[in-house]
Amino acid sequence: MENTYKPYLMRIEKAMDEAPGVKTFRLVFANEDDRARFSFKTGQFGEYSVFGEGESTFCIASSPTRDGYIECTFREAGRVTTALSRKEEGDTIGFRGPYGNIFPIDTWAGKNLLFVAGGIALPPLRSVIWNALDLRDKFKNLTVLYGARSVADLVYKNELDEWGRRSDMKLVTTVDPGGESPDWKGSIGFVPGVLEKMAPSPDNTIAIVCGPPVMIKYTFPVLEKFGFTPDQIFTTLENRMKCGVGKCGRCTVGPVYVCKDGPVFTYRELQSLPPEY
Amino acid sequence: MNSPSYTLTHERLLEFLRTSISAGKRVHAPHRVGAKTFFRPTEDVGAIVFDYIQTAESPKSLLFPKAELLISYKQTANDVTMTDHLQKEIPEMILFGSRPCDAAALSRFVEFFADGHTDAMILKRRKALTIISMSCAKSDADCFCTSCGSSPGDTTGSDLLLTPIKDGRYLVEVVTEKGESLVSDNKALFEKAPSAVKDSYLARVEAVFTPEDITKKLTTAFNDPIWNDASLRCIGCGACAYVCPTCSCFTIEDEGTAHAGDRLRCWDSCAFALFTVHTSGHNPRPTQTERWRQRVMHKFAYLPETNHFLGCVGCGRCSRACPADMNLKEQMISIVERVPVIA
Repeated sequence: MENTYKPYLMRIEKAMDEAPGVKTFRLVFANEDDRARFSFKTGQFGEYSVFGEGESTFCIASSPTRDGYIECTFREAGRVTTALSRKEEGDTIGFRGPYGNIFPIDTWAGKNLLFVAGGIALPPLRSVIWNALDLRDKFKNLTVLYGARSVADLVYKNELDEWGRRSDMKLVTTVDPGGESPDWKGSIGFVPGVLEKMAPSPDNTIAIVCGPPVMIKYTFPVLEKFGFTPDQIFTTLENRMKCGVGKCGRCTVGPVYVCKDGPVFTYRELQSLPPEY
Repeated sequence: MNSPSYTLTHERLLEFLRTSISAGKRVHAPHRVGAKTFFRPTEDVGAIVFDYIQTAESPKSLLFPKAELLISYKQTANDVTMTDHLQKEIPEMILFGSRPCDAAALSRFVEFFADGHTDAMILKRRKALTIISMSCAKSDADCFCTSCGSSPGDTTGSDLLLTPIKDGRYLVEVVTEKGESLVSDNKALFEKAPSAVKDSYLARVEAVFTPEDITKKLTTAFNDPIWNDASLRCIGCGACAYVCPTCSCFTIEDEGTAHAGDRLRCWDSCAFALFTVHTSGHNPRPTQTERWRQRVMHKFAYLPETNHFLGCVGCGRCSRACPADMNLKEQMISIVERVPVIA
């Protein structure tokens, strides 16, 4: 009998500082059998644990096209993430997953993809972005709009540099007014406003949006203004979770469990749910 | 099966329970604790209480303990070892004296945990448990089982159902194979009986709404002002969830140090503010109004949609336990009366 709540043991292979209080861990399986039977798809998440402190929920921020490891990016905020951020390369942590549904990236072949992300919500989209870049021929134009409060708060700075240099994708970065540094070359302004100036075309395009609730609230109307239908807009929800498998009851939005029916939803699906997220 | 087929005297029932206990089975039965009745492991069958309407707490903790070990861990600088508590032996147990609404609730409870991602822990405990329920000869004002798909003589979820009839005897209905083998293992105690009508021995519980009606009304009630009015008295203590036989929400917590400790599953409740609050401070259910609405909607609207049963059997425990005197039955009646159905 399989115990759902017995985590895989993962070794921190690499720990990277992203922004003040934000870290990325690259995790490898301590046990070869676990590695061999583990697989995930983009959009899924897991429960990461520090023994003695508890579990915390984040997405898998790496792409399933990158074999042999998973990555997670988290902000030091509560008891578990604080303990986690004190862990170092070589330390062991727990991981349960993968849980939840996926971004249906296979059905997006031949389409343009528009990613809109804010702050610490880039990690779930980073998994899809790398997945699309690793299968670049399958998709048409790839556009990423990413905003953060300040230049310091932008995560994956090295990767943003790389995406900015690539000729097969377009990257627009923005920071909130006052968050710029003297040498900042990106946009200044909030994500919805910058998106409006970009005037995205809905033709053969899927928009994937993830950010703080206030960003999402003002981004959907901009996309609708340019003609995106609610079926063309995807997002990933984050409610507080414990079990990850649709039993503990706290991530529910109406009859829907974010952990097993989500976390990926279309804007159309969200419209039929009560606003409890 | 499912037809009354045996009778049993009170003395022989006690003898059966006594034999089970001496055979090493743990028998959980109603005991008086202070002014209330609780399920407790039985040492002396003479202490079992038969004169009660409903126990204060439901028997769900036999399947779903208030706190249970999931894993234990030991951690050194370069190694972590874990103990998997799912692999533990579960001793055979008898639940005696559960009401038909409790047995119906446990069957819905098990169905929820068997659906989708199966909870092996809970199914394992149900397998080790034999449920011998007692029909209700009496009810009180908080009972509303007949509005929630159960009844004072409901056999659902029990392995055996006993109905007290005249002359200190019980009518025994065999509901499952597990119940059948219990009877055949103790043949000398049970007397074959012609199928009798038990209805005249059962309490009368008037139906105040139908499950279909309440579910339909709630589909249009999400933004009704009733939730504000109804929740004003709620102090968010969670007592309703703790006594409820179907409430299944839980939390997972670690106890211990970095060197050794346990990961536990503990009961939780949607009544608590901390249940849904995000790390950022944002709470999708910011006040007691949304939390109370969630409790009612989950039981009477969402579970019928996702699992095709009500998350309530009308046992009335929440109404009896509420320190702020909120009454679920009365609230359900007012929803049926107030909320219009938009076709």
